[in-house]
Amino acid sequence: MTTSTEVGELNEIQKLQKRSHPIRGAVALIVGIIGLIFTFVLSISFGAADISLGTIWTAVTQYSPGLTTHQVIHDIRLPRVLGAALVGASFAVAGAIMQGMTRNPLADSGLLGLNSGAALMLAICFAFFPGLPYMYLILWSFVGAGLGVLIVYGIGSLSNGGLTPMRLVLAGAAVSTLLGALGEGIALYYRIGQNLAFWYAGGVSGTKWSHLQILSPWILIAMIGALTLSRSITVLSLGEEIAVGLGQRTAAVKVWGMMIVLILAGAAVSVLGAVGFVGLIIPHLTRYIVGHDYRWIISCSILYGALLVVLADLIARMLNPPYETPVGALIAFIGVPFFLYLARKGGKEL
Amino acid sequence: MSNCYLTPSQIKLKRKNISIMVILIVLIFITFIISMNTGVIKLTPLDILWTLLGQGDAQQQVILFEFRLPRIVIAVFVGMGLAISGAILQGVSKNALADPGILGINAGAGLAVMLYVSFFPITKAAPVYLLPVLAFIGAGLTAVIIYTLSYRRHEGITPMRLILTGVAVAAGISSAMIVLTLRLSPENYQFVATWLAGSIWGSNWLFVFSLLPWLVILLPFVFVKATVLNVLNLGELTAVGLGASIEKERRWLLVAAVGLAGASVSVSGGIGFVGLIAPHLARQLVGAKHQFLLPTAALLGGFLVLMADTVGRSIFEPSEIPTGIVVAVIGAPYFLYLLARLKE
Repeated sequence: MTTSTEVGELNEIQKLQKRSHPIRGAVALIVGIIGLIFTFVLSISFGAADISLGTIWTAVTQYSPGLTTHQVIHDIRLPRVLGAALVGASFAVAGAIMQGMTRNPLADSGLLGLNSGAALMLAICFAFFPGLPYMYLILWSFVGAGLGVLIVYGIGSLSNGGLTPMRLVLAGAAVSTLLGALGEGIALYYRIGQNLAFWYAGGVSGTKWSHLQILSPWILIAMIGALTLSRSITVLSLGEEIAVGLGQRTAAVKVWGMMIVLILAGAAVSVLGAVGFVGLIIPHLTRYIVGHDYRWIISCSILYGALLVVLADLIARMLNPPYETPVGALIAFIGVPFFLYLARKGGKEL
Repeated sequence: MSNCYLTPSQIKLKRKNISIMVILIVLIFITFIISMNTGVIKLTPLDILWTLLGQGDAQQQVILFEFRLPRIVIAVFVGMGLAISGAILQGVSKNALADPGILGINAGAGLAVMLYVSFFPITKAAPVYLLPVLAFIGAGLTAVIIYTLSYRRHEGITPMRLILTGVAVAAGISSAMIVLTLRLSPENYQFVATWLAGSIWGSNWLFVFSLLPWLVILLPFVFVKATVLNVLNLGELTAVGLGASIEKERRWLLVAAVGLAGASVSVSGGIGFVGLIAPHLARQLVGAKHQFLLPTAALLGGFLVLMADTVGRSIFEPSEIPTGIVVAVIGAPYFLYLLARLKE
């Protein structure tokens, strides 16, 4: 018994398969891995003190705390580069999931109220509890991000007619504006706006092993979750009706998707601030290369997101030593021309 | 698309829509009276009435005519300009998230102000007249850049490309602003941050007259184009089928949106949220027909900004909360409430 709707759905899936390029995806993955390793090495060896490749190798394989270069690599460079990679990958995957779930090419994790929630919490910490240690600031930012998502999701799903993509996007914009305004008001009143800007401009420079120990398990679990969910996101990105018609429990996919986005983007925003561009650009780029299959989009986003932020962090250190340029600003500068190019292509692949 | 044969239900709808607009006008008037009475020196409504009729004493005259009235007028104008600008953009691009910020207007104006403050220390006299001009130039330039970048021969401008380009350019500008922020002295930073948060700081007739021509010319133009917006909103193919010259119409509407938003932002800083929610609220109240949607959005925008400015002036007297922040804190919850209550 094939009804016309079923035929339509089958057509959609066939179209999707035509629009997915597994070979390109495989090539992109391999290139991404090689590129990431290459930038890793570059990023560890360049900086305030240049270090040779051989030294890096011995520092990793035969670490001797007595040597200064080993110490620099081990205590400062390595955690910093790993932090940049984790944050970049998290932003990119969170953005990819958001774009797939809302079918809105302009969606990124910032729309969930994450960024403004984190920023508001940070403003509260700076205004009322000055001198909190770094780790606490990160934790509170994360709590703020979670609150933002909770409000957006709560309003979206409690409304008449449930959580449609349009409603999610609008609720996200409104909640972001509200929390952002509150944070701005606090910053203006207590005159801490510039301190906040400095804190975010610091980027991943202050990353330590202890932070990585807390962050990385969460991020890894969320990444595995994202890859597991990627097939369902592909189906959901075809549209609600089709997904339901194919027997998907869309509500469950959305809830899991949101949870994963919250963990990834929440962690990333807490460390690096609202660098919306990674989550916006990398999914676009990967979709452009590998087509519309989210298994490829998400796995490539992991690599290229990491690559972008590691590279940006490296350039931020090299531009004007010993001063550092804010990483967020740099990412935007790298991203803008590229994004303009994508827009000029007509946004057809969106 | 007026026709003489209206069904009873259409007449009813028209009546409902017109009464909604009347209610909004009354609300603006009430807020106007309250706002006239807001400030360090209290006046009774009767005093205000007498003064408006030219019967007040000198002190009352100065307070009302030189300080409060221009500010009130500017608040209403700015709200209207931003709301209509947002309505045009949402109509033209068919994107619910479109607002003047997408055209890079706020970012461009902000960058111009930030650059000026970075290189010239603020003196009390200069910025009052210079900053709006700079902001307007910045807003206009940014809009031109975005338009140029998203223009392609043979196809002109597609809404999607315009929005993507706008997002990219605005992001570039805000990252430049981050770098500049770190270099500012604390008091200059505070000035810029207050400006960016959006406050009606030019309570001065000169600014009223600099805003007036934009509204007087552009608002009627946009209202005349209401049918075109209806058609554009139906989608490309329909519009081509109906014989509207898409590209030309869209370009003029965009120019109008830029002009209105640029003029508004230049005297009020970055009041961002009005352009997004006023058209949405209007759509919920009177439906998607632009003949009703545009005036309703304008009235809503004017009411929202005037109310927010009055609240911002009175709540923490004598210090002020930037209007943009009040707009967000009042507007967002109401918007969310509507979003949750109504079917799409």
